[in-house]
Amino acid sequence: MDTAAEITPSPARTVTGHAGAIELAGVAKRFPNGALAVNGINLRIAGGSYCCLLGPSGCGKTTTLRMIAGHEEPTAGEILIDGSNVVGLSPRARGTAMMFQSYALFPHLSVRDNVAFSLRVRGTPRAERYREADQVIEQVQLTEFAARLPGQLSGGQQQRVALARALITRPRVLLLDEPLSALDEFLRLQMRAELREMQRRLGITFVHVTHTQLEAVAVADQVVVMAHGEVRQSSSARGIYAEPRSAYVAQFMGGQNVLRGTVESVAAGIATLRGPGGEGYAVRLGADKALAGQTVEFAVRRDRLSLASSSTVNSITGRVRAIEYQGTFVKMTLTRSGAPDFVAYVDEGAYFRAPVAVGTMASFGWELDEAHLLVSE
Amino acid sequence: MSASATLVAAVGRRRERSWSLSSLLLALPLAAVLVCFVVAPLISVVAVSVFRYDNFAVIPGFTLENYASVLSSRLTLSLYLTMIRLAAITWAVTLVLGFCVAYFLVFHVRSKLIAIGLFLACTVPFWTSNIIRMISWLPLLGRQGIINQALLTTGVIHQPLGFLLYSDFSVIVSYVHLFTIFMIVPIFNAMSRIDPALFEASRDAGASRWQTMRLVVLPLSKSGIVLGSVFVITLVMGDFYVVKVMSGGSLASVVSAMVDDISTLLFPHAAASAVILLVVLTLLVAGIMRLVDIRRELVAER
Repeated sequence: MDTAAEITPSPARTVTGHAGAIELAGVAKRFPNGALAVNGINLRIAGGSYCCLLGPSGCGKTTTLRMIAGHEEPTAGEILIDGSNVVGLSPRARGTAMMFQSYALFPHLSVRDNVAFSLRVRGTPRAERYREADQVIEQVQLTEFAARLPGQLSGGQQQRVALARALITRPRVLLLDEPLSALDEFLRLQMRAELREMQRRLGITFVHVTHTQLEAVAVADQVVVMAHGEVRQSSSARGIYAEPRSAYVAQFMGGQNVLRGTVESVAAGIATLRGPGGEGYAVRLGADKALAGQTVEFAVRRDRLSLASSSTVNSITGRVRAIEYQGTFVKMTLTRSGAPDFVAYVDEGAYFRAPVAVGTMASFGWELDEAHLLVSE
Repeated sequence: MSASATLVAAVGRRRERSWSLSSLLLALPLAAVLVCFVVAPLISVVAVSVFRYDNFAVIPGFTLENYASVLSSRLTLSLYLTMIRLAAITWAVTLVLGFCVAYFLVFHVRSKLIAIGLFLACTVPFWTSNIIRMISWLPLLGRQGIINQALLTTGVIHQPLGFLLYSDFSVIVSYVHLFTIFMIVPIFNAMSRIDPALFEASRDAGASRWQTMRLVVLPLSKSGIVLGSVFVITLVMGDFYVVKVMSGGSLASVVSAMVDDISTLLFPHAAASAVILLVVLTLLVAGIMRLVDIRRELVAER
């Protein structure tokens, strides 16, 4: 029988001082039907951090999560939690707990029995497991609903039950499969803040799968962008949003315009580019190298542009196709012949001091430091 | 009141009336069927059960002698005990079989299409008549039957096994063969509504396969188990033909006593037995329903 020691998080501490450090080494998953869902990914998630796996449907993020959880086994590679390989272990032996997308609450059990389920299968006496369950239920503010069945609760309440049921096992790692996708916008924002708050309080590792960019950057310490079973970029939320490494990440995150040009010359770490329409750009190279004649892509932040009269370098001119008021800013979309649309987020005050009509021409310019080179893939 | 308001009110009233009329019309066919084929026969059986009779005719009147005769007979008790024993064994076997088959079809067959195909295959034997399915056991189970021959030839036994045919065994084999489908269907139905994610949630919480079965699958299949149990138990209790053929006349059921009564024109006596059987079965089903509130179970599914 299991001892009480198993209930508390593993004492193993990593260099970061928190349990629940995850490392994936060459992890791949091929399903029996031959589909390659995850294609050899390497990833480190620090213990006690909040990590979001972000990507479009079918990018392998949920499969990756399920492999960490122990609900799928990788066909290749190792999964380490706090330094030991957990492949082949049960979820309980891994010290993980999962919150399912559909919540997967037991419809025949009351909230209290749902939360106490893992204690029940462990053989904890009823009085003790109810006492412990009630404490966790209180943490998620469901005390008055403890006797109800899941079917009698709202979506948001059901989600709290699922959270409580996962937390009562005192996991080192909590895995959340699109936890907010079934909620309406208002609840989503509220729950997202609560999840973050819960993670901070417990100090365990949260791995959260989502396909919503803003959700990921809002909650996560580390954002992992995935596509076609591979990790495209893994860095801090700000790093992903402000400094996407590739055109894919830049376009997926949506905060950037991706432009391309041919290198004309390189001088003092700055490349001078010529765009397809003949416009000139200057981009700082940083650690990257570029050769004259090479075609490169670079990103410019949508919210760091200024409405300007057209200048010879680092500016774009196009016809205004759409204007969307977004509250704190105005989203302007320019069409240019022979090039993708260009989007600018203009400060709300600045826009309404000098409004621009749809159909007219407009120009945007940017400072040298607001553009950065992208790695071609 | 303006003219248009009056008109609206009148249309509203008319709609209300036509609604209730159409509801009545919709309920009529079912009501007619129930009255013709349930209520009327039941009334006539109850009526006949209190009539007198002599060797030649049924004499209208009121007497409880038929009931007294049936209830005081030792034969009645032994028939009920036999049938309850057979029903209990059949119930247990069909329950285990039905649960396993339904579980396999719902949770182990990955493709929904194949699951439905296999499910239909379970019903294929029902394309033939009950009697044929029952009689086809005879060449298999007889003293000179295939099973005995095979066992003798391979040297497993030296004397043919006598208990295979014309025994409790052969009766139960037939019951199981005939009635397992009535257990499979409702359990299959109940299990189909179980979210497969619950298995992972259960495993995630540290439950073993057996604990998942006991704490998750079994309670959620309860409504199907109860419905199937009611079907199987009432079918066995109402049987007389299988018992007669498969036991070679060595066993008799409650209903076969009624058949005997009817063939000797003791209609009131048979009717009294029928009423008693009906009461016993109603109490049995009511007891099962008390254990599991089937209506709540069926409604509670989202």
